[in-house]
Amino acid sequence: MTCQELVELVTEYLEDTLAPSERVRFDAHLSTCLGCTAYIEQMRTTIRVLGKLSEESVSEAARRELLATFRTWKADVAKRDG
Amino acid sequence: MNLTSAASPTDELELVLALRAGDEDAFTDLVNRYQAQMVKIALAYVPSHAIAEEVVQEAWLGVLNGIGRFEQRSQLKTWIMRIVMNRAKRRGAQEARTIPISAIRDEGADRETSVEPDRFRGQSDQWPGHWLVAPAGWSGIPEDRLLSKETLAHVGKALEALPESQREVITLRDVLGYSSAEVCNVLAISETNQRVLLHRARSRVRAAVERYIQQ
Repeated sequence: MTCQELVELVTEYLEDTLAPSERVRFDAHLSTCLGCTAYIEQMRTTIRVLGKLSEESVSEAARRELLATFRTWKADVAKRDG
Repeated sequence: MNLTSAASPTDELELVLALRAGDEDAFTDLVNRYQAQMVKIALAYVPSHAIAEEVVQEAWLGVLNGIGRFEQRSQLKTWIMRIVMNRAKRRGAQEARTIPISAIRDEGADRETSVEPDRFRGQSDQWPGHWLVAPAGWSGIPEDRLLSKETLAHVGKALEALPESQREVITLRDVLGYSSAEVCNVLAISETNQRVLLHRARSRVRAAVERYIQQ
């Protein structure tokens, strides 16, 4: 396996969906290749950074607007059913 | 199936019943759980945060109006996310009419390589297909630089530049932490298709981070 082939299989490697024989070739390459080891570490870091994008709280304005939406909806339902 | 971020079925049923009964606390609970996720999902389809928030507001009204008809066959979370997705797609299509088509189409995606071919040694080299210059290790980068506002803004831009099909998968998987089974379920795509899209998306974002960090 070359480095160029390995980079195309990284997601399958991380998802653990490589066929057993391919996994053996992948691991064998990785055990002797610092470049590919660094590449996979870069990929893991990228995934970790992506996970930080979600850390965002709901704005107060959005919350207020949503509660207003909810109360209007509830009043409409009550009117319709009542 | 790994459904880490989902509510348990009984918990979910209680929420649905409470919401039908007009319980404001149940609604607030749902907003706390899902609002931020919904905005992220909407952002995969529409061009700005402001529009994403509008879409999510509309989606909540859709949730309220539909909750009477919600059946327990699908998960509440999946059902809500599909509502957001459908609205965001529709809104995104409207917005797309005003931006150049080149920004939407992803030409040559089938021939796409994960890493630029010129980063590898050629056929005439002693080691064809091996790194010309090995990728740099990133473990020495301080956390506060790696997770700085500037880096996150660059990653956000890299996401925006992805084709929509890749952006929706990577948003669900890596930004929101859904399992691959959940992503396949919400988007109604196969495991293989999901993995191919995820791979392309991650490869592009990694390259963008590399360009930014090593500039």
